Amino acid sequence: MDQSQRAPGGLIFYALVYLLFLYAPILLLPLFAFNDSAVIALPLSGFTLRWFDVLWDTTALHAALYNSLIIAATTSVLSTCLGILAARAAARYPIPGKRGIVGFIMVPLVLPEVIVGISLLVVLIQLGMSLSLWTVIMGHVLVCTPFSVAILGAAFNNMDASLEEASMDLGESALGTFRRIILPLAAPGILASMLVAFTISFDEFIIAFFLTGTDATLPVYIWSQLRFPARLPGMMALGFLMVLMSFALLLTAEYLRRRSSRLISGDEAEGASLFFDAASGMR
Amino acid sequence: MSNQPIIQVRDVAKYYGDEPALAGVSLDIMAGEFFSLLGPSGCGKTTLLRMISGFDVPDRGSISIDGVDMAGVPPNRRPTNMVFQSYAIFPHLSVAQNVAYGLKRLRLGRVETKRRVEEALALVALEGYGGRQPHELSGGQRQRVALARALVMQPKVLLLDEPMSALDKKLREQMQTELRRLQRAVGITFVLVTHDQEEALLMSDRIAVMFNGSIAQLDSPEGMYRRPVSRQVASFIGMMNFLRADIASIDPSGATVNIEALGSALLPGVSVGKPGSATIGIRPEMLTMLYGDHATAERVFRGKIVDTEYYGDLTLYQVRIDDTATVVTVSMRNTAGRPILQAGDRTRIGWGAESLVLLDPLESAK
Repeated sequence: MDQSQRAPGGLIFYALVYLLFLYAPILLLPLFAFNDSAVIALPLSGFTLRWFDVLWDTTALHAALYNSLIIAATTSVLSTCLGILAARAAARYPIPGKRGIVGFIMVPLVLPEVIVGISLLVVLIQLGMSLSLWTVIMGHVLVCTPFSVAILGAAFNNMDASLEEASMDLGESALGTFRRIILPLAAPGILASMLVAFTISFDEFIIAFFLTGTDATLPVYIWSQLRFPARLPGMMALGFLMVLMSFALLLTAEYLRRRSSRLISGDEAEGASLFFDAASGMR
Repeated sequence: MSNQPIIQVRDVAKYYGDEPALAGVSLDIMAGEFFSLLGPSGCGKTTLLRMISGFDVPDRGSISIDGVDMAGVPPNRRPTNMVFQSYAIFPHLSVAQNVAYGLKRLRLGRVETKRRVEEALALVALEGYGGRQPHELSGGQRQRVALARALVMQPKVLLLDEPMSALDKKLREQMQTELRRLQRAVGITFVLVTHDQEEALLMSDRIAVMFNGSIAQLDSPEGMYRRPVSRQVASFIGMMNFLRADIASIDPSGATVNIEALGSALLPGVSVGKPGSATIGIRPEMLTMLYGDHATAERVFRGKIVDTEYYGDLTLYQVRIDDTATVVTVSMRNTAGRPILQAGDRTRIGWGAESLVLLDPLESAK
């Protein structure tokens, strides 16, 4: 047992280097966000909060933030609604070709976003639609829905079908059962899906870059500011804040997802331990 | 129990592909009776229960409850309630909220709802548990909540889908007695699905034994045990020795049969069947081991014990009948003063013709 629990030194070293490689660039963000110099370079020259003040005073930034919040909020609601429908259908109903259909919904997960962005742009222009926040929302719903389906699929699949039958048996209608049993049990999963979709949409750059008209989203705005070296430290500060927010949202989502599976499968865990008691009782 | 049928099942069939899950079942369940559907898994008993509750739809035939045809009536509009195998306690609601779940739609008002919930919880001996959360309950308590939640709706029929299968042996035996008492107290018709023959015998007024989507026998527990109609039913309910026999003649006084190793016997009152080969059954406890040289019985054979199984209160002996290859199982209670015999011991066994059962009398030459 002891042998198998201790990882070889080489692997530990590899893991540490890997983590460093992943997160070191992000660690540079707070470093330069608080650095009292307009030039992004070492050595550090002192502590300051003035880059945050700059953010506070830039109105174009506020407009972009507002756009991003609207897009992310709408996207999270829409993709979660679509996710509920798809995940519920996949979990409960015998649909011919179900695996293929679900696979199709999941494809945007692996599709290069550049392709998605360009394709959508071509289609929208052909349809004669002008670019607006709505076109970005459409693109984001496309890439966020797979995440919602994956998160909600787990929530619905773990739900004991006899709970719904019990509700119907006690006189409740199908709609009432959905409202009184399925939604409350899936609520943590639904919240988790909304938070994840919000985070993805809020941070997404490529699709937004192709599909925004005059209203830039926050990532698009940041990209546009990178041409001006003087704005760079401000963007570092902004990036730092965005990383903090993403972490907070994703951690909350993960917490909710775990709570949801605990709540839903609590029955089974109880059953399992009962079975264990019975088995050890009989010996 | 009355003689009024509350559930009438007529020629109900269900096919999964070409396989019949139910092959044209008809039966009446009487108002107020404790009725069991007993059979091995896959015999169609659960399918039939789910059709009565409305969760499955028959491909053919009709089911009526209290005189009303249930075709097209969804589960939420049927006068039945179900106790699910997994109990299906709503995990996000308290015990009281679980029990009140179905009452909410009846709009009884807070006071009346509360009164009914407390009444139902008292009925299943869970007074004061209303505020508990499901995860704080034991398996037996969850089952009681499921019962209370169904009974509070005052259904005409309570359906129970293998309710004991998740409980350990001790608790199961306790709940069986309690469920029987509860059924007598509330007077509601109970329909129980089970694969446990002891459970069915202990609890039911009547039992339908099902094999392969058909009812093999419908009888009282005693009738089922004492007069099984087929070898299949006889071996499913309790233990039974099967002996080959020939029906020599049938006349108004009964059937005369020649039984392997036991000889000729008259089965009084048996008038079905026809001359030819048949199977005779005799329960292990109907064979009596005779202790002492003077003990006697209507008929006696001698044999040698080839094997024993000790169960504490009783012992099963495998006895080979002298001058034959036939081995029968004899069960004897281990009472005071009686030695427990060992393999190799010789013994005399007494039996009587009235404890013989003619099995599958309508199928000769099998």
